[in-house]
Amino acid sequence: MRRALPIFVVLAGLLVAIAIVNPYFMEPPAFLAFVKRAAPLVILAAGQYFVIVSGEFDLSVGSLVTAEVVIAARLIDGSAEATWPVLALLILLGPLVGLVNGIVSTVLRVPSFITTLAMLLILSGAIFLWTGGAPRGALSPEFREIGRGGLGPVPWSVVVLVVVAAAAVWTMRARFGHTLIAAGDNDRAAALSGVRVARVRTVAFMISGLSAAVAAILLGGFAGVSAQVGQGLEFQAITAVVLGGVVLGGGRGSVVAAMAGAFTLEALFTLLNLYGVSGALEPAVQGVIIIAAVALGAVSLPRRNRGRLVMEGKS
Amino acid sequence: MTQQVKRLTVPAGASFLQRLTGDRPARPVYVALALLVLLGWLLFALDGAWFLSQENIVGIQQRSAALGIVAVGQTLVILAGSLDLSVAYLISLTSLVAAEIMAGAGARVPVAIAAVLAVSALAGLVNGLIVTKLRVHAFIATLGVALIIRGVLDERYDGPAGNVPESFQHLGYDRIGPVPVSALLLAAVAASAALLLGRTRLGYRIYAVGGDAEVARLSGVRTERVIVTAHVLCSICAGIAGLLLASRLGAGAPTVGTDGGYDLESIAAVVLGGTALAGGRGGVAGTVGGVLVLAVLDSIFNQLEIDSFAKDVVRGVVLVAALAIYARGRRKQ
Repeated sequence: MRRALPIFVVLAGLLVAIAIVNPYFMEPPAFLAFVKRAAPLVILAAGQYFVIVSGEFDLSVGSLVTAEVVIAARLIDGSAEATWPVLALLILLGPLVGLVNGIVSTVLRVPSFITTLAMLLILSGAIFLWTGGAPRGALSPEFREIGRGGLGPVPWSVVVLVVVAAAAVWTMRARFGHTLIAAGDNDRAAALSGVRVARVRTVAFMISGLSAAVAAILLGGFAGVSAQVGQGLEFQAITAVVLGGVVLGGGRGSVVAAMAGAFTLEALFTLLNLYGVSGALEPAVQGVIIIAAVALGAVSLPRRNRGRLVMEGKS
Repeated sequence: MTQQVKRLTVPAGASFLQRLTGDRPARPVYVALALLVLLGWLLFALDGAWFLSQENIVGIQQRSAALGIVAVGQTLVILAGSLDLSVAYLISLTSLVAAEIMAGAGARVPVAIAAVLAVSALAGLVNGLIVTKLRVHAFIATLGVALIIRGVLDERYDGPAGNVPESFQHLGYDRIGPVPVSALLLAAVAASAALLLGRTRLGYRIYAVGGDAEVARLSGVRTERVIVTAHVLCSICAGIAGLLLASRLGAGAPTVGTDGGYDLESIAAVVLGGTALAGGRGGVAGTVGGVLVLAVLDSIFNQLEIDSFAKDVVRGVVLVAALAIYARGRRKQ
């Protein structure tokens, strides 16, 4: 947990900075709106965390989000009856894509960077082939309610986010979480102590796919249908996870910190907006801050080899 | 160095896959290229066209040139165990730098070239220093630098800018017989990189650092310097590609790099050529083969008038299939 501490300090600092410029920010409606806006990225980061901590990458989530939204729009086409079956289909499709990513990466031993890059190409190509270049159809109001509406003052997105976060924390505390970290830290040692490395990694990819499906459902409701809805989300999610102190290469970091990383990224965007940094310079500032944050994390925290041994012993 | 050791360990009665991938990582991609050319020739013939027509051959070379130059640079960083995701934005930036400095005057071409090389070397230096001194994972470091360059581009440019004089446009369009000048440029860049890797101390060190940085450090290699140099060379290659694209467009464009998807596609070409993504194994010859495979695929798609989106699907499948075959070949050894 010590590793995760810096990100909470940074997040708190950013939230205070936002509150100074905009005092309304800390009132429940404005804050809930912020959480609602952040929810899809936080959920994606949670999913990406599972893959990264197991020692892999998932670059396909952005195009998976786009694919899911475009498929939903085309299949629902504004009809209320189609909403629930299509929702179920989307929820199934995400883990299915993850399963393919996982099997290709573990059984065929293709580096996951390439597997999921290829999946990105395949998904975006296939979706545009199917729709002929531009998304067609429309989401039903019932579908959009999940991303837009709420339970009284609490948006549905926030409810979904809380459930996802609880599930993620529970999963990492369960046996599966320990084996996942062991596999990411040293897969040979994990395999020798009885972890089915290929299986836990494949499940991690499926969790990432599932998180992309959930994020797509929220984003579809919140932002509507477009071919760009998921663009760049894979990099944002990976950045968020790394900001949370999770090490690329696996074996270290907590899922709560990864989600805090996503909140931090979203708070950063909000703050840049408030301070009137023009849309054009935003990426540059973002780039500098990301590098600085990761560099600071890398410098201040020495390697903890003892912790590593304990972790391996546990699995 | 590692390659030579491996070359000796392939047993005489090895399986087909082992023999294919075992001794030279570049060989399977050329086998694939030959098969693909054969397939292309057949499909063209069925379509009533001639695959080896001058038009098609020139087209394949034209398509390979820019991606090939970037991919050669990418090979160097990947061999050193790093990665560069900033090349696409750097290509856009350098195309603009070139076109704006030239501003239509032939006399300013040398200044523009020097400026492009300086800008790209600086970008590479920044990448390399962030990776080595600040110890930021290359993925995040170069992604961050990409964002920074994107911010500069978004801030300063709304569309194409600058003007490339006629004299410099020869680079993009002229050809000597069936060989375009741009392909010669690729050949020159690839040959220099191959010489660097195969004949110089720096080249050996790149393999050593990519193979195992800790072992390399313990045997006296200044690993940080090697990684920084690889990044500088990679960015210079991206700058050269930017010059080439500017000469083709007649101007600089803020989206020319990202539209071409040069970041991820150059990595795809490198691994398609048998270079290990983790570093230390592979070479430039394979990368050029990988680029040619992608270009021949493109020409087949164009001839058959297949939807451009289907191209991405097939590319994805080819990529995974190729890497799965490499992984199999390597595991059996």
